[in-house]
Amino acid sequence: MNSNRKNKIIDKLFQYFGIFCTLIGLVLLALFIGRIVMDGISRIDIDFLTNLPSRKADKAGIYTAWAGSVWLVILTAIISIPIGIAAGIYLEEYRKKNRLANILEINISNLAGVPSIIYGILGLEIFARTLHMGHSILTGACTLSLLILPVIIVATREALKAVPGTIREASFGMGATKWQTTWYQTLPAAMGGIMTGIILALSRAIGETAPLIVVGALAYVAFVPHSIMDEFTVLPMQIFNWTSRPDAGFIRNAAAGIIILLGITFFLNGIAVYLRYRWQKKVKW
Amino acid sequence: MNIKLKEKFIKSLLAAAALITTLTTIGIIVVLFSQSWGFFHKVSLWEFFTEKEWTPLFTDKKYGILPLLSGTIMTSLIALCVALPIGLTIAIYLSEYANQKFRSIIKPLLEILAAVPTVVYGFFALTVVTPFLKGIFPQIASFNGLSAGMVMGIMIIPMISSLSEDALYAVPKSLKEGSYAMGATRFQTAFKVLVPAASSGIIVSFILAISRAFGETMIVAIAAGQQPNLTFNPLETMETITSYIVQVSLGDVPHGSIEYNTIFATALFLFVFTFILNNISFFVIRKYQQKYE
Repeated sequence: MNSNRKNKIIDKLFQYFGIFCTLIGLVLLALFIGRIVMDGISRIDIDFLTNLPSRKADKAGIYTAWAGSVWLVILTAIISIPIGIAAGIYLEEYRKKNRLANILEINISNLAGVPSIIYGILGLEIFARTLHMGHSILTGACTLSLLILPVIIVATREALKAVPGTIREASFGMGATKWQTTWYQTLPAAMGGIMTGIILALSRAIGETAPLIVVGALAYVAFVPHSIMDEFTVLPMQIFNWTSRPDAGFIRNAAAGIIILLGITFFLNGIAVYLRYRWQKKVKW
Repeated sequence: MNIKLKEKFIKSLLAAAALITTLTTIGIIVVLFSQSWGFFHKVSLWEFFTEKEWTPLFTDKKYGILPLLSGTIMTSLIALCVALPIGLTIAIYLSEYANQKFRSIIKPLLEILAAVPTVVYGFFALTVVTPFLKGIFPQIASFNGLSAGMVMGIMIIPMISSLSEDALYAVPKSLKEGSYAMGATRFQTAFKVLVPAASSGIIVSFILAISRAFGETMIVAIAAGQQPNLTFNPLETMETITSYIVQVSLGDVPHGSIEYNTIFATALFLFVFTFILNNISFFVIRKYQQKYE
């Protein structure tokens, strides 16, 4: 019976270790964020949001950075959402099960695993150089769109898959065509899941830095963009730039920028979690 | 319009959207290979893989990827040492020990770890973790692989925990119940029955985590430094493949020069490596996933 007791103790110990592991990452993140908020919160005021970048840390603001982020994310949404949903519909509703479709599917999983900086290199060569779009917001948005397309496609497919076949059959039974069924029945029923995926994808796009550095987003932009062909900077880029300077004033600025970036990220993720929760609750087929 | 024609038109439009994903892959391969061609025309593969220095931006140019590779491997290894045990423990804890309510609260919270932008993690590593490590290892460099790797590990935790938990969850209840009926504890059931039964899924989560760590950019670019350094000492400054690409992109290197082509050659290496890892994971899922029905 001795080994029985020993086993019970090991079991209990592992339980505590499990709780420890589950919480350690979150506790560290909370400590990090607490530290950042203490460092940066005093820096956030109207001037910080409306000032242009400056060589003096206490005069510098994030006006060009957040304006660039807003331009970029809106344009990315316009490009990626229709393409992503369309591709998801095709793969889930239209394609035939054959070898080619199989390759298409593996390819999308593969794209989801390609490091984001590689997308930057693709964007630099294809959009910035070959298509002569330069270091513009359009180049950045096209690059980020390719980056988040797999996320939107997978979310669309999952959501469509969850819609029961009986709904489609009922619609076909009424004489509706394939597209009428998809557009009026399947797609609206799947919209909750698709929206969740889109929001998570856009939240990722807002925080992305590496591919934008490669396509030539600038660390210093003296003006707010007026068109999609303008050069630009974004919030993460500004934070990166300030982080790499030795001056403590700029580190404080970076902390303040991070508070705003994290605020946006958590807000979007919160919406996504809420939508998923509500959608799962409401829909009972 | 003729309704059949309209249906056909819509279908081809949707197919075109799906085709963009294939074009993306082809685009990546064509760009990387064609631009690396110029590089490997001047630098032999032998030199690329055996030369011990990487100094394309200096006057005495040497093109050995080993220092960048050692940096990439070191930071990834540290990240995995943090993420694998913690991630797997979380997966086992959530699937075997935790109650439903705790799970439903903690799972979205863990996802936050993966949602935080990497530039923010880089800032944490540089301004919080490195000063902390300095208290333990006074000789540590201001930019070092250890701090970057540890923070990257925290970022990867949810990837391993959620994929492994899915794999554990897929093990049929009967196996678990059989084990409990024999008088096994939860710990014994988890490690002697569930983990072996779910091993293919767990291995896949590890492989994808390695691939993710290899391609991670901003954390290492900010916290590990920008000096190619052939070393396996985690306390030293080191540069990864990805942070080298960032370094070149931030400077102005003329288009078409061999310095410019280096980013494509290194990116090609990175792409091929992650591509192979990702495909191994599909292969494992397909071949070794046990069917219990």
